[in-house]
Amino acid sequence: MTPLLQVKDIEKRYGTRIGCSGVSFDLYPGEVMGIVGESGSGKSTLLNCLAGHLEPDAGQVIFDTRADGPVDTVTMSEPERRMLGRTDWAFVHQHARDGLRMSVSAGGNIGERLMAVGDCHYGQIRDRAIDWLGRVEIDGSRVDDRPTAFSGGMQQRLQIARNLVTGPRLVFMDEPTGGLDVSVQARLLDLLRGLVREMGLSAIIVTHDLAVVRLLADRLMVMKDGYVVEAGLTDQVLDDPQHAYTQLLVSSVLQV
Amino acid sequence: MSEYNFAYLDEQTKRMIRRAILKGLAVPGYQVPFASREMPMPYGWGTGGVQVSAATLTPDDTFKVIDQGADDTTNAVSIRKFFENTAGVETTEETEKASLIQTRHRIPEAKLREDQIIVYQVPIPEPLRFLEPRETETRKMHSLEEYGLMHVKLYEDISQHGAISTSYAYPVKVSGRYVMDPSPIPKFDNPKLEMDAIQLFGAGREQRIYAVPPHTKVVSLDFEDYPFEATKADHPCDLCGAEDSYLDEVITDDAGSRMFVCSDTDYCRCRREAGHTGRMTKDVAA
Amino acid sequence: MIELIGVNKSFTLHNQGSAVIPVMEGATLRVSPGECVALTGASGAGKSTLMRVIYGNYLAASGQVLVGGLDVAQAEPRQILALRRDTLGYVSQFLRVVPRVPTLEVVAEPLLAIGTEKQAALDRAAALLARLNIPERLWQLSPTTFSGGEQQRVNIARGFAHTYPAMLLDEPTASLDAQNRDIVLSLIERAKERGAAIVGIFHDVEARNRVCDREIDVSGFTPGKAA
Repeated sequence: MTPLLQVKDIEKRYGTRIGCSGVSFDLYPGEVMGIVGESGSGKSTLLNCLAGHLEPDAGQVIFDTRADGPVDTVTMSEPERRMLGRTDWAFVHQHARDGLRMSVSAGGNIGERLMAVGDCHYGQIRDRAIDWLGRVEIDGSRVDDRPTAFSGGMQQRLQIARNLVTGPRLVFMDEPTGGLDVSVQARLLDLLRGLVREMGLSAIIVTHDLAVVRLLADRLMVMKDGYVVEAGLTDQVLDDPQHAYTQLLVSSVLQV
Repeated sequence: MSEYNFAYLDEQTKRMIRRAILKGLAVPGYQVPFASREMPMPYGWGTGGVQVSAATLTPDDTFKVIDQGADDTTNAVSIRKFFENTAGVETTEETEKASLIQTRHRIPEAKLREDQIIVYQVPIPEPLRFLEPRETETRKMHSLEEYGLMHVKLYEDISQHGAISTSYAYPVKVSGRYVMDPSPIPKFDNPKLEMDAIQLFGAGREQRIYAVPPHTKVVSLDFEDYPFEATKADHPCDLCGAEDSYLDEVITDDAGSRMFVCSDTDYCRCRREAGHTGRMTKDVAA
Repeated sequence: MIELIGVNKSFTLHNQGSAVIPVMEGATLRVSPGECVALTGASGAGKSTLMRVIYGNYLAASGQVLVGGLDVAQAEPRQILALRRDTLGYVSQFLRVVPRVPTLEVVAEPLLAIGTEKQAALDRAAALLARLNIPERLWQLSPTTFSGGEQQRVNIARGFAHTYPAMLLDEPTASLDAQNRDIVLSLIERAKERGAAIVGIFHDVEARNRVCDREIDVSGFTPGKAA
């Protein structure tokens, strides 16, 4: 089986400071990988390098494209990379307002990716938007409301619908449950898990919440100061951490 | 006269603007940046159009200016006077006789010819601006032909109003490539954008010039199930009886009486001189 | 089916003066298909640790942990994930689920994961829940609110939903009444009949005697004692 994503020796520097360095891993279809670490550990820098938002200083991000098989997305042309970003890739931001158009209705937000790849039948676009609202547990009657009228949890679910409507194969998520109430988080996690399984999605989730990765991620990478200090099966890394930092991280979680 | 260079602008500036115009004609619909000059009128009064006209005028030209179709409104009169004073060119109100027409918000009803040039005044040249405020991003979207956002705007129209309610500055795709704002003309005029004359667009404040060469394909964006429609008030002109012209609605008293008249004053005058009558003119005759 | 050869396990506590605590040394055992082996030994002797090493939850320091031909001690994460999905089931003492997911779906999940058609998976889950006496009115609720005994039975239903060729059972009959214990034990017997290799921890001697073919005292693997 070909990995969906092969990451090889990614490095990003900010001047002399290291954003992230020497990161390599393979992600296979259907796998969910979590990246944890404290603020400033380089996990968001890494995610942005992988998703094409930042240009890494070194390394390769090889994606198994539908048309041409494995291609290094770092060196591919910008139009090709942006096309990937609208079709096979999706990016869920921590703050829904970074990932949504707040002045556009829910239906328009979901429909944008469809229209971006050439759909121009209003009725069909709208039907798919309503279908997706249902899948992320938002009532179809809200299709013409703007996201500003939605709660934080609904905005985040809308952002997910907007991203998944074109049937991507790889989803990048940056703290998808950050800033949400615990009960809303649980609902979102449940939803994400269901969607990941139903659609056979692969996902890379950056978070500092170990409970989130335990429930969502098959595999885990622990980052500190720009480097990966430990990687492995999620439950193995959390239950039998090998590295000093991971042990500290795991033991720092408050038990409820 | 001797105080000014011909048509107000100095020759270097005109050359710079002409280069931008030629580039615009070579890449239909593409917004060419140019070093817009301060003009002796405020932004919003046609500073872009005036500069394009100044760079295009020759002493042999006959110049016509319309504002919302009319030759006799403040804006039209001022600009016509401006070029009478600074270029000394002949001016006219007759579309037929003009070789250069500067317009704000209309295309004349009479079919334009290959030997004519029409210059549009443009307030905001970027059709993507309302949904994407970043200039860097909109330029990238043009260069990569990422125009999905344009349809988002039309989608919003239909979802909120049941139909595409954008009625002016209706976006078009030029020559199958660039999406362009045709300036705030009513969408009734959109089909006329495929014409025999040269069309030049000038935005002074935004410092952009773009163009549509003669016989270029110009398609109004739409949805398969909500096709583009060139709409107008469902009335004949009350003065000349024309049923094919774009109309202005005029309130005539405090009791809500109203009349519909051609917005193109020259077109209306020509028809009346040819003996056509409308609802109001019939009353007068009777 | 399950074979351990000279497995050592220690914990290094980096944040407590890098203390190294050896917990298992030279663990060796072999379980054949259709066989059930009970791990015995005093509390803290390392029964659960051994189970976790087999499941890949704890990383073996050295030695081989072969399950269905795969060395869990050396395998890539995705190989272990595939092993857990298809081959190796684990019924732990604790139910860990996403809040809000209905019990029926919690139980059906292992079947959905291997691609069973949804209705068939739900039917099988319903049959198991009924068998384990979970009232039908609870099936659409999340098990997080259930009593300990109910959670334990949901956990067992989930563990037995897919017919794994190898299974790990951590106190499957704890906190169950006699009737439900009997049902669980017969589920285990059924699994043995179809050829599952089972490693279990049973504090309940009666249960152990009924389903287990052999006992292995893990104190034999306690460091320092083994020699």
